[in-house]
Amino acid sequence: MRKILVTLLFLLFGTSAFADCNIKSGSINILANDFPALRTFVETSKQCKGSADFKVTHSSEHNKIAVPALTANPSEFSARIAANSSIVPLMNQDLIRPLDDLVKKYGKGIQDSQLITIDGKVMAVAFMANTQHLYYREDVLKDLGIAVPKTYEEVVAASEKIRASGKMQYPYAAAYKAGWNLAEEFVNMFIGHGGEFFKSGSAQPNINNAKGVATLNMLKKLSELSNPDYLTHDSEAIKVEWESGNVALMTLWASRSGTLLDDEGDPNITKATKLSGPATVGGGNIPAATLWWDGFTLAKNRSDADAEATFRALAHAASNKKMVADAADQAVWLVEGFVPTPKSIGVIEAVKMGAKPYPMLPQMGLMHGALGSEIVEFLQGKESAEQALKDVEAAYISKAKEQGFL
Amino acid sequence: MGINSPLTQNLMPNKTFFWFFLPTGLAMILFIGLPIISTGIQSFYAQHDQVVKEVKKCDPFGCTVSIVVDNEETTKLREEKPLGKFNGFGTYVDRNHLAIDEIKKFWNETENFGAFVDQVTNLPFYKALIFTLTYCLFVTPNVLLLGFIIALSLNAVARKIRGPLIFGTILPMIVTPLVGSLVLFWMIDSQGIIGANIQNLMNDPYLSLKSSKTLTWITIIIYGIWHHSPFAFVVFYAALQTVPQEPVEAAIIDGASRFQRIKHIVLPHIYPVVTFVALISLMDNFRVFEPIIGFSAEGSAQSLSWLIYDNLVNEEVILFGSAAATSMMTIVGIAILLAPVLIRTWKEFKTAR
Repeated sequence: MRKILVTLLFLLFGTSAFADCNIKSGSINILANDFPALRTFVETSKQCKGSADFKVTHSSEHNKIAVPALTANPSEFSARIAANSSIVPLMNQDLIRPLDDLVKKYGKGIQDSQLITIDGKVMAVAFMANTQHLYYREDVLKDLGIAVPKTYEEVVAASEKIRASGKMQYPYAAAYKAGWNLAEEFVNMFIGHGGEFFKSGSAQPNINNAKGVATLNMLKKLSELSNPDYLTHDSEAIKVEWESGNVALMTLWASRSGTLLDDEGDPNITKATKLSGPATVGGGNIPAATLWWDGFTLAKNRSDADAEATFRALAHAASNKKMVADAADQAVWLVEGFVPTPKSIGVIEAVKMGAKPYPMLPQMGLMHGALGSEIVEFLQGKESAEQALKDVEAAYISKAKEQGFL
Repeated sequence: MGINSPLTQNLMPNKTFFWFFLPTGLAMILFIGLPIISTGIQSFYAQHDQVVKEVKKCDPFGCTVSIVVDNEETTKLREEKPLGKFNGFGTYVDRNHLAIDEIKKFWNETENFGAFVDQVTNLPFYKALIFTLTYCLFVTPNVLLLGFIIALSLNAVARKIRGPLIFGTILPMIVTPLVGSLVLFWMIDSQGIIGANIQNLMNDPYLSLKSSKTLTWITIIIYGIWHHSPFAFVVFYAALQTVPQEPVEAAIIDGASRFQRIKHIVLPHIYPVVTFVALISLMDNFRVFEPIIGFSAEGSAQSLSWLIYDNLVNEEVILFGSAAATSMMTIVGIAILLAPVLIRTWKEFKTAR
């Protein structure tokens, strides 16, 4: 009995000594997307919760919950793990608080490069980077003597060759599900063509031009090399396609490489799965991909005590050398002490190649939404590229007028 | 008997009716009436003009100068007018709804009527309206017909096996719509049992039920009929139990065929119930929504309800005005659809008095 007690005490003090954050009160409630790296991050912060209440909601529907939940006063969540795009609606509605004081007080291990500052105020603390890049099947490419593609034109040529060889019918895959995913692919490809979404200094759309048409044509070529159900495939669905051995070239999130290369599934496919940087397109030299950061933000409509407790717990994870060493395979951590692994090659290549971050503009969400539904008919062959782009701009303009951006 | 005629004796006095109806009425006002009024008001407002300012933004990938919403100014505006900027019917007539200006433009610019229709049906509201109406027009009559046929057949089988058969028949209604549509969604996948067999049958390896617009529509409509028929069946089956046996027997003696009996005795008898089922089905079908999500069919099929959902959750910025306007137009749409049936019922009610 005494032994158990001693062990328990040891564990209790042991963890708090290790965690070094002795939080006495407050309640912590976190809203986050659902993928392995974020689970690791939240679990790590939980280690140092002390006697604070600790709750977490991991949901792939996090975008739909965030604004309403943080608008409530007091807010349902004390923290939201956000990314470049999802921090924007929170900023637009003034739902998150500046973190400068907390960073000064408790943010010792956090590197300056992790701080997201807007107008001189720290609004978020980033802890990982993400992008979409190419995955390829080494065995298939080798058999057919195809070099690893570096541009989307080469991806198309390689896919056509694989199809012609009869090895695979639909050799290419990307998350083209109508809606957010499809729009994200457009954003990547458009940026790869050097496009700017808005006329400089205004919220007027700027996609109905030669770059927009080239973007759509490339998306269409790729879609023709994909499973015909591509409009219903999200990241999870194409991961399954890959693991079933139906696909040899794929554009997928870097953060998914962990589960793609785990021990589940056919070991031969896993062994032959290789990663490379994002492809360029149309002779451009920046990749047709966007850089993303994931970081934490704190709700404004929540007591200062809760904010403090939450910050301390999350800062513990955002500066945790042990976590980034143990989970080096799960993500490209922006935390000090991270040593890149072969799985981080996608993001590192993207940064080296000068990839652009996803545009953090107040009206970008409306453009993304309009793209997701209006370019579908072009891919289905029901309308011309020019018409589709015209529709996107018109749909965007109506929404932007309603929201007061135009 | 006194002065009361038999007819008035059967009717509930107004006062009793009032007290019976009061709790329901209050709940309806609170949970249906007021939200509709609030939605209506909201549809006339748009967001304030956004006050933006240029600031320096830094993230792990570098610093840029770009714009953000100026929260101080916006808060001031919001406090002055919390509902937003009055927009009248602005949202209703914009391009994402009735698109009055666009339609005028198409009318003047297009050369023939076909091109004009093409342009109009390319607008999101009309696209959704056409799918919604198509769905209603195909599903409702088929649900009535199929429900009636099943009810007649079940009414004719031996009593012993009727119980299990009835249970089996209403199963589609018990299965949650989303689950039902997901099951079918996986079956029609190009590697699913139905999808793969159709590819073999048509000898076309590129055929995909999910990528073709027409086939997606057909799938959703078939799913709709499958899902809604049990409701019609249950009501018709109950109504069939009330058909008096004497006229039916008399008709048999007179040598009337089964079809003639159904046409001249059964159908007239259960006619009010048919109207009722038609009304409810029309209302339900006009709000078609779950199968679109279940089949991930957003790309090929959008309904009015889906547009509302899209405005509320798919955008990172919630479009309350748009969603409210579409909601109001859906209510008007249902009213227009139901008007003929309602007018007819009203006329019958008056003549019955």
